[in-house]
Amino acid sequence: MTELATPQSHSSAPPILVSLRGLTVSFGSGPSQVQVLHGLDLDVHVGESLGMVGESGCGKSVTWLAALGLLGAHAQVQGEFRLAGDRFDGLNDRALSLIRGRRIAMIFQDPASALNPVHRIGQQLVEAVSLHKGLRGQAARAQAVRLLDQVHIPNAGQRFDAYPHELSGGMNQRIMIAMALAGEPDLLIADEPTTALDATIQAQILDLLTEVRRDQGMAMVLISHDLSVIAQECSRVMVMYAGRAAEIAATDNLFRTAAHPYTQGLLSCVPDVASPQKRLSAIPGQVPEAGRLPQGCSFEPRCAHSMVQCKERVPTLLPVAPDHQVACFLTAP
Amino acid sequence: MTTLLQVQTLSKHFQVRVPEGWRQRKATLRAVDGVSFDLQAGQTLGLVGESGCGKTTTARLVLGLTAATQGQVLFNGQPVESKRDATWRAQRQNMQMVYQNPLGALDRRLNVISQVLEPLLIHGLGDSLSQTEQAQELMASLGLPRPLWYRFPHELSGGQRQRVVLSRALILKPSLLVCDEPVSALDVSIQAQVINLLQDVQERLGVAYLFISHDLKVVRQVSDQVAVMYLGHIVEQAPPNQLFSEPFHPYSQALVSSVPSLWQGQNQKRHILQGDPPSPLSLQSGCVFQNRCPHAQSICRQVKPRLTPLNPERHIACHLFAENPRPSAVPGEARS
Amino acid sequence: MMRFLVIRFFRGLLTLFLVLSFAFLILRSTGDPAMLIMSADAPPEALEAFRKGWGLDAPLWQQYVGYFKNLAHGHFGYSMRDKSPAMDLVLARIPATLTLALPAFALKLLIGISAGVYAALHRNTWIDRLLISMSIAGYTMPSFVLGLVLVLIFAVGLGWLPSGGDATWQHAILPVITLSLGGAAVLARFTRSAMLEVMGQPYIRTASAKGLVWHRVVLHHAMPNAAIPTLTVIGFMIGSLIAGAVVVESVFSWPGVGRLLVTSVANRDLAVVQSLLLLVATTMVTANLVVDILYGWIDPRVRTGQAAQGKTA
Repeated sequence: MTELATPQSHSSAPPILVSLRGLTVSFGSGPSQVQVLHGLDLDVHVGESLGMVGESGCGKSVTWLAALGLLGAHAQVQGEFRLAGDRFDGLNDRALSLIRGRRIAMIFQDPASALNPVHRIGQQLVEAVSLHKGLRGQAARAQAVRLLDQVHIPNAGQRFDAYPHELSGGMNQRIMIAMALAGEPDLLIADEPTTALDATIQAQILDLLTEVRRDQGMAMVLISHDLSVIAQECSRVMVMYAGRAAEIAATDNLFRTAAHPYTQGLLSCVPDVASPQKRLSAIPGQVPEAGRLPQGCSFEPRCAHSMVQCKERVPTLLPVAPDHQVACFLTAP
Repeated sequence: MTTLLQVQTLSKHFQVRVPEGWRQRKATLRAVDGVSFDLQAGQTLGLVGESGCGKTTTARLVLGLTAATQGQVLFNGQPVESKRDATWRAQRQNMQMVYQNPLGALDRRLNVISQVLEPLLIHGLGDSLSQTEQAQELMASLGLPRPLWYRFPHELSGGQRQRVVLSRALILKPSLLVCDEPVSALDVSIQAQVINLLQDVQERLGVAYLFISHDLKVVRQVSDQVAVMYLGHIVEQAPPNQLFSEPFHPYSQALVSSVPSLWQGQNQKRHILQGDPPSPLSLQSGCVFQNRCPHAQSICRQVKPRLTPLNPERHIACHLFAENPRPSAVPGEARS
Repeated sequence: MMRFLVIRFFRGLLTLFLVLSFAFLILRSTGDPAMLIMSADAPPEALEAFRKGWGLDAPLWQQYVGYFKNLAHGHFGYSMRDKSPAMDLVLARIPATLTLALPAFALKLLIGISAGVYAALHRNTWIDRLLISMSIAGYTMPSFVLGLVLVLIFAVGLGWLPSGGDATWQHAILPVITLSLGGAAVLARFTRSAMLEVMGQPYIRTASAKGLVWHRVVLHHAMPNAAIPTLTVIGFMIGSLIAGAVVVESVFSWPGVGRLLVTSVANRDLAVVQSLLLLVATTMVTANLVVDILYGWIDPRVRTGQAAQGKTA
């Protein structure tokens, strides 16, 4: 199993935990079939925090939903997925359920609707604890309370019997995190975990994720449309556009020496609270629809540096510097 | 510069029923409580705060869409009433609103140009030919090319729809535009386009904006003055570069530091607030922020601080700043 | 909660009052009990005597008030046909109707819910489409048509089952099936859409992501939520258990409450009809009340009331 071609594979890099190769996802069938992911390759190392950033339709969430088999029957998923070297693509639902929660956990965007409204939160936690740790009764409950403490829910014992709608968004997201931790997974996928929350609560939750990751030695994939959140939390970033990876780099490299025109565009169009005020240079045009991608590079219609070959062929991810890959003919012909 | 909008000790209280055990208790929900600010013509006032702070209610009060419990709104020196009479309708020509969800704000059955023309038709301005000309000119200047004029909202992208909403709002050449989360539902690259557009329009037409958002980055970009709201009160008001580089009010500090910055990356100083925002139902004497304030003193629990000017540009409602306009020690300096 | 129950209770009483008043007036506005119960060619003096004896010659408002006064004392009147107490007649027939209604109800739930859930989980497959078409056929077909068709096939054609009467348990089979299919069809449709709506919710994805196996996600997480809207339909079904039996009992000559209603209305046997309607209305009102209470039990959001957190902006 080869790592993604990087000139830098020094021996100090932690081993690869999860690798996805050639991930392709389509929805529907026949003439109305739409392809949303086009052969994505992705590695997550043990203990690292990887950010996945992009706008609507880029496929950042679909990537992991597909890998975990959560897309439902109407999606066609192809590719080779490995967890610590063992393949897990093409497994049936029962086999995948052994990975979900236990090895790879996922938390979602709107915590209020991501928790079952008719079950008490304690009950939902105990369900996870029993499933992954085999505990029952009092032992399970004790472990659940411990998890609630770990995510800093005050008065955990009393809150145990509350229903999700009785608690705030921030609390519900902490409970989701607690549920995700129940199985002591190796990898946590956080899909826009703070987008639906208020600013001060966002900060609390991001802090919590960092703390938890450090304590458990867990790897984390943080999916967001917000570059600044990614900048703060992740050591490596993948920028996606229209179902393909545009750029993958260590965070510092990405923000200082972004090579892909889309990344550069994103960076200059986001207003920032600390940088000097200037007019935003917006990227013209809009993201193409999934079923109507241009031939050649998907970003070409909006790109200021478009060349002839950009209209004809799709660029592949190639290294341009240590720990920095770009899919663009401009930088990596 | 003339003062276009004057808001004076504006309050909106709702009487609600709170379930409590077997029965229901009557309570007062103070959505907006004693808010005052001014907006000059052609300027932008940004209103920020988290959910429950009262910013949307303030917007509705300013536009006269709902009646104030106390206080008043003066627009061009004239009071803004909420009765739907002829005066109110005439005032609509001068003040308009732009919403968060452009698809919801547009009529699905009418094509773009019909919706942009509609305000002209309602107020009976000009004849059919000049109306159409005005609409076409405005749409073109807002980046809506001719092919889109006869399309329907669901055939347009999010950014295009927001331009349509903007055209419809601007066709009457209002002097005030209230924007309630106008870019929150858009992709980041489209947000930038719309923000630039709003700024261009302001330069060209001299429209004043009351810009409401929970996204501090966007507010900083577009505003001349920013007011921070918490539980129905304005706690601090200042120009954006002052507010964001050196927030004074403890809540502003927490709010500003909660926004991750690309440029500071992982070295950012953080003031993390504990707990959740309390509900606007619970009443207590003193400052609304006392429960989460790291600097709360006994006076804070008894007396509600008033919004007082520290300097002509900066106002703050906090007892820490009550005595001297220039505080000797800005709280939070050696904090992480 | 208490306040809620008390309000519903009084509303229920009001409903009963309105139903009974309506029935009272309608029944007396057409047809003449005297002519229907005694034969049409009875001598006019006999008819007069009959009317006088039953108080039918008094002004309408007097009869109305008198009726409710008696009701308040627990007197439900007498049958004009055989002079026995009306309510006793009605109550005597209930077991027969329940013999049909209860198994039919159980069948409705069983067939309807399983078909609905199965269709939802296999959406857009051939089996889903088949179930939908069958359910459309089921609830558009009038029950007497269904009943007669079944009789034609199984009783007349195949001779497997009897066509009428209530002598043996085999006599109950066709009526129970007829009674249950229409309701099962409606329930299947309803359950299917409730399930589809629930399965699209984010918390179902969370449950799967937790590592729960599929059948646990469906049974434990999806179905309790889908039960909430389905409960309304089921409650309505309970309420109309007795009323629904009317047609079926007539088709199959089953001596239950429904048949009694048909014959009593035809004869304008006023007290019996009124007692029957009182029974049906009470059942429906009680069923609705039970459903409302169950809602609170199943859906915690209804219990605690949603507005309390003050989420205005």
